[in-house]
Amino acid sequence: MVALIPLLPALGAAVNGLFGRRYIKENAHWVAVGACGLSFLAAVFTFTSFLREPQSYEVRMFEWIAVDPLRIELAFLVDPLSMLMAMVVTGVGFLIHIYSIGYMHGDGGYHRYFAYLNLFMTAMLLLVLANNYLLMFLGWEGVGLCSYLLIGFWFHKDSAANAAKKAFLVNRIGDAGFILALFLIYGQCKSLVFHDVMSQAHAFSTGLATAIGILLFVGAMGKSAQIPLYVWLPDAMEGPTSVSALIHAATMVTAGVYMVARNSAIYALAPAALNFMASVGAITALFAASIALVQRDIKKVLAYSTVSQLGYMFLSCGVGAYVSGMFHLMTHAFFKGLLFLGSGSVIHALGGEQDMQHMGGLRKHMPITAATFTIATLAIAGIPPLAGFWSKDEILAETFKNGHKLLWGIGALTALMTSFYMFRLLFLTFYGKSRVHHDKEHHLHESPRTITIPLSILAFLSIFGGVLPGFPPERGWIHGFLSPAISSVHHAKEILHGAAEHGAHALSLLDLTLMAVSIGAALMGLAAAWYFYLIRPALPGQWASRLKSIHTLLFNKYWVDEIYLSVFVRPLLKLCNRLWDFDLQGIDGIVNGASRVAVKSAEESGRFDLKFIDGVINDIGKLFDKWHDILRRWQTGFVQNYALVMVIGVLVLATSMFFIPYHF
Amino acid sequence: MNLDTITLIFGTGLFFIGITGVLIRRNAIVVLMCIELILNGVNLTFITFSHIHGNLAGQVAAIFVIVVAAAEAAVGLAIVIAVFRRHPSINIDEFNVLKW
Repeated sequence: MVALIPLLPALGAAVNGLFGRRYIKENAHWVAVGACGLSFLAAVFTFTSFLREPQSYEVRMFEWIAVDPLRIELAFLVDPLSMLMAMVVTGVGFLIHIYSIGYMHGDGGYHRYFAYLNLFMTAMLLLVLANNYLLMFLGWEGVGLCSYLLIGFWFHKDSAANAAKKAFLVNRIGDAGFILALFLIYGQCKSLVFHDVMSQAHAFSTGLATAIGILLFVGAMGKSAQIPLYVWLPDAMEGPTSVSALIHAATMVTAGVYMVARNSAIYALAPAALNFMASVGAITALFAASIALVQRDIKKVLAYSTVSQLGYMFLSCGVGAYVSGMFHLMTHAFFKGLLFLGSGSVIHALGGEQDMQHMGGLRKHMPITAATFTIATLAIAGIPPLAGFWSKDEILAETFKNGHKLLWGIGALTALMTSFYMFRLLFLTFYGKSRVHHDKEHHLHESPRTITIPLSILAFLSIFGGVLPGFPPERGWIHGFLSPAISSVHHAKEILHGAAEHGAHALSLLDLTLMAVSIGAALMGLAAAWYFYLIRPALPGQWASRLKSIHTLLFNKYWVDEIYLSVFVRPLLKLCNRLWDFDLQGIDGIVNGASRVAVKSAEESGRFDLKFIDGVINDIGKLFDKWHDILRRWQTGFVQNYALVMVIGVLVLATSMFFIPYHF
Repeated sequence: MNLDTITLIFGTGLFFIGITGVLIRRNAIVVLMCIELILNGVNLTFITFSHIHGNLAGQVAAIFVIVVAAAEAAVGLAIVIAVFRRHPSINIDEFNVLKW
């Protein structure tokens, strides 16, 4: 049953990939959505049976690599962590598959799109269900590949092709870290199976654990878009919006968080790596949120928002609150998926317009999209009781309680910014006066049902996805569910302090205060956005010109892309060009020289052959030619001549017997 | 002059008459007959030497030559007939196609 979860999308991808172009064409969604739906059902089935009997187990398929002493099995691990991820991936993935039917309708690469999307599902499910690091890495690379293919889906656009390349290359840097970590782990444990490694992890020295932890985090930085490797994610918005929703918001980019949570046993031994991770997460959250404040492209805002929210998740893991991180991962998948799908619906209605300056007042034309988008915005901003509030508040509370006051401050500030830029986005798009171009205005329409139904379901999840598993905070259902799979510092601490303190830990004054702070931040953001963009729409422009330097800095995204371009890309290209020149002149020169020598000697030996060898042969021929003229005269054809010669010969021989002495 | 000497001289005479005939006659049948003369001249010589030395090997050789001569005559005459059928002549100086 577990094997079916990744196998079905793989079959779908194979069918659409092989037969889509010729035979399936516009019916590709039946295969893809069917495969994904069945995969979701399989996941639900596995999940419910796991809930009935919450005991982790492995499902071995076959031996994948057998090179003694390295033995890798293709095997799946069923435990709370992988089940949660499988549910999120297949569930959200299924909704986005349905959404894609409407969104990608009429695109020339319809079957190709669905083949890629199914392939992505396969890789992502391999990643989350793998029972060993190498299989996880296979999925990890697989999702990277699919991300590349889907970002560059409209490859005839230069910007899309470049964005795809950028995503792939930046991810490579992270992957290098991941691979190095795998080498270290294998060198120490002689095994790559999670279970073996985790059971041996306590024997790791602090230095080794820190090295592995940081290298794994470097891998996560690439995949989950953290500073300094976040640059690919905003560019990845060149892909279809449904892809942005699935891969670059809900699932793939959270793989890093999942991977870190999976390795909690190693991180428990490496406080330095954890602090590093928490700091990077918090700084990324703040940094990306500040950029999102001023962006005009609706998808860019959401992209930076994703980077920022991923920062939250790493902050959470970094302070030891893996469960909160995973919880936020789940709720984020709901509301960020919804935000992207909503923005896709808007872009679809506006015929490709992405600039929020040319939107506004869309609420009247697209009531369902507007309503669901509003719900998602409330959720991500952290307004209770929607999903985002519970997970984000929990992360902030855990950060504060684990003694990271500064990081908590950054987190709270980020929460304020998040609320502001999300409501700015909402108001600019759906409220206020319409700034849509006149020729597009009468085309405005609500999206078809294949788009609105997934929106509604995700909206439902955004409302209840936080309360149901997350209440009461820090002791909700999800904590009890996930904790067996997590071994954190926090967890160890709880065991040390005993259950007594745990039981008495009702909603204390501290908890309420922290909650009040995050609600306050969210409301302040809402109020500020309201004032700036609905009541006094002229104000943002004035502020932008008054704080021109800051605005320019943020609007140009701190010039990070330009810095990378001049510090890494250009010198690398220059080096490559130098090497190319060297190749052209040095290596090619040698090769050409060698070939010239070869040609010359060939010519010489050819001449030698013609003149000398052929000369000798011809001379021999000529010799025979001359001689035969003489000799052939002997063959007269007259039998009697021959007889005469014979007689003369006999006579000569007979006569010679008298003169030549012989002895018998 | 005893009988042996006479037969030796006679044999040699037959041999050279045969040789001369082979070399100078044009008619193929006559040439074949001259070959018979050669062979019989040699036969005579064999027998004479056999008689002189008291060794039977010479007589065996003579009988062997007679056998071969019979075969040779049969084959030779057959060739002559075959040639005559293709070409209304049996003059051997006209059979000169076996040359360069």
